[in-house]
Amino acid sequence: MTDIIINIGYLISATLFILGLKGLTHPRTAVRGNLLGACGMLLAIIITLTDQNIVSFEIIVAGIVLGAIIGAVLAIKIEMTSMPELVAMFNGFGGIASVFVAGAALVESTLNGATPLVQAMIAVAASGLIGAVTFWGSLVAFAKLKGLVGDAAVLFSGQQVINAVLAILALALSAGVVMDPTSVFLYWLLVLVASALGVLLVIPIGGADMPVVVALLNSYSGLAAAATGFVLSNNVLIITGSLVGASGLVLTKIMCVAMNRSLTNVLFGVLAPTGGGATADEVYAGKVKSTSPEEVAMLFDAARRVAIVPGYGMAVSQAQHPVANLATLLEERGIQVEYAVHPVAGRMPGHMNVLLAEADVPYESLKDMDEINQYIDQIDVVLVIGANDVVNPLARTDPTSAIAGMPIINVDKAKTVVNIKRSLSPGFAGIPNPLFALDNSLMLFGDGKKAVLSIIAALKDT
Amino acid sequence: MDIISGITIFVLAIFVGFEIITKIPPTLHTPLMSGSNAISGITLVGAILSSGAQHTFMTTALGALAIVFATINVVGGFMVTNRMLEMFRKKV
Repeated sequence: MTDIIINIGYLISATLFILGLKGLTHPRTAVRGNLLGACGMLLAIIITLTDQNIVSFEIIVAGIVLGAIIGAVLAIKIEMTSMPELVAMFNGFGGIASVFVAGAALVESTLNGATPLVQAMIAVAASGLIGAVTFWGSLVAFAKLKGLVGDAAVLFSGQQVINAVLAILALALSAGVVMDPTSVFLYWLLVLVASALGVLLVIPIGGADMPVVVALLNSYSGLAAAATGFVLSNNVLIITGSLVGASGLVLTKIMCVAMNRSLTNVLFGVLAPTGGGATADEVYAGKVKSTSPEEVAMLFDAARRVAIVPGYGMAVSQAQHPVANLATLLEERGIQVEYAVHPVAGRMPGHMNVLLAEADVPYESLKDMDEINQYIDQIDVVLVIGANDVVNPLARTDPTSAIAGMPIINVDKAKTVVNIKRSLSPGFAGIPNPLFALDNSLMLFGDGKKAVLSIIAALKDT
Repeated sequence: MDIISGITIFVLAIFVGFEIITKIPPTLHTPLMSGSNAISGITLVGAILSSGAQHTFMTTALGALAIVFATINVVGGFMVTNRMLEMFRKKV
């Protein structure tokens, strides 16, 4: 096949990817969009297999079969609550594939003796650097999300200095690779340093900041693919890589805006301890009212409009199905139920929405923060389940607070708020939440799933 | 392909990406991530070329490893995205 036909085929693939992403703008067209993307990928693979330089297909077929089996098993087995881990891992795999492809291209260019172009070598170094940072960063993110290592931010003194030294070293090695294209050793050294950098960049980030990291690594995996596209002078890689790079960046920005923090602050800053802020004792002492499932059931019985605010705690206790059952039960009694989802609730963008979709919650009932805030004062009962910082009114009222200025769901303005929480322990921001001490606020202490199940039982008794 | 057309394509594709992605509703952000993840497995194309050309053992082995990782990304990514989107679709 001639180059022209191959490139037209790749162009069709890239077009299918763009149309596929466009399909994701509405749930109705999204499944078809995803299929279009898959068709584009199949086309790109078939075209590539016709390349004249390929002398043997055994290894290719074996690799694809093995990868496909692993991928399919992961995709079928994964629990919806574990989706952040899976996405983090896939990000990493994209990154490491770029490292290997660029490495192979480098070895190949040293064989035929011709001096490679400077731009090709820059692309090789970029693939190795971004790819290795993505892979190791994603592995750390995966381990944190999975709970294999502590979820909290790991900080040690001199961290910034070590990162800076590693970054400079990585750039110097990149320059070395560009200037001496025959040195395969330098490339692997670069990959090694970039790997250390990837680990160290993600280790200090924890808990509620994970959505930003997962989105950013998503972007990196795209940029690594684009860099590999420059190595191979392949348009479809460049186009696809930049689409994914852009997508990850947009999501990163949305997450940062939803936390009122800059990307630099999320990546390198630590949430400042509240200077002069009230301690937990001062905020809570004598003002927190504990309630029972029976009392909550009575509140619901008297309500006409109910909103449910899910947080990471709902994912941890796997409470999405009981929550949806509770909502159905309430709707059967003529109560209007809505869900208010904060953009950074959970551990990745859209995490809560996926869980609620799994539990068959209708798409129309999912409201975003800005929408629900417009009429939250008309809601009779708000049920907050496993969320803390995203409903903390200090963000509005205390300019010195660690979360000052962060947009929140204003549940404190609803008529009654019921908070399902295991204890009064602070959220990721590490500050007390005055919401729990308000007059219109009640605490239902316990595990999210069990608490919701007991409310359902109490409702059925009445 | 010269470097300038490569960069042109890169920059224009980023703009296309920004335009489309900003229109995707927050509800679909998780499927968006897994779906865009799947298409970033396009590195598979490069992996096939590296492995299939069989210049040396080294290039073949690196290519083969890249094929496995990229295929996991592609197949797993599209399948899991489909699984999630089916959950959203049945209720619309």
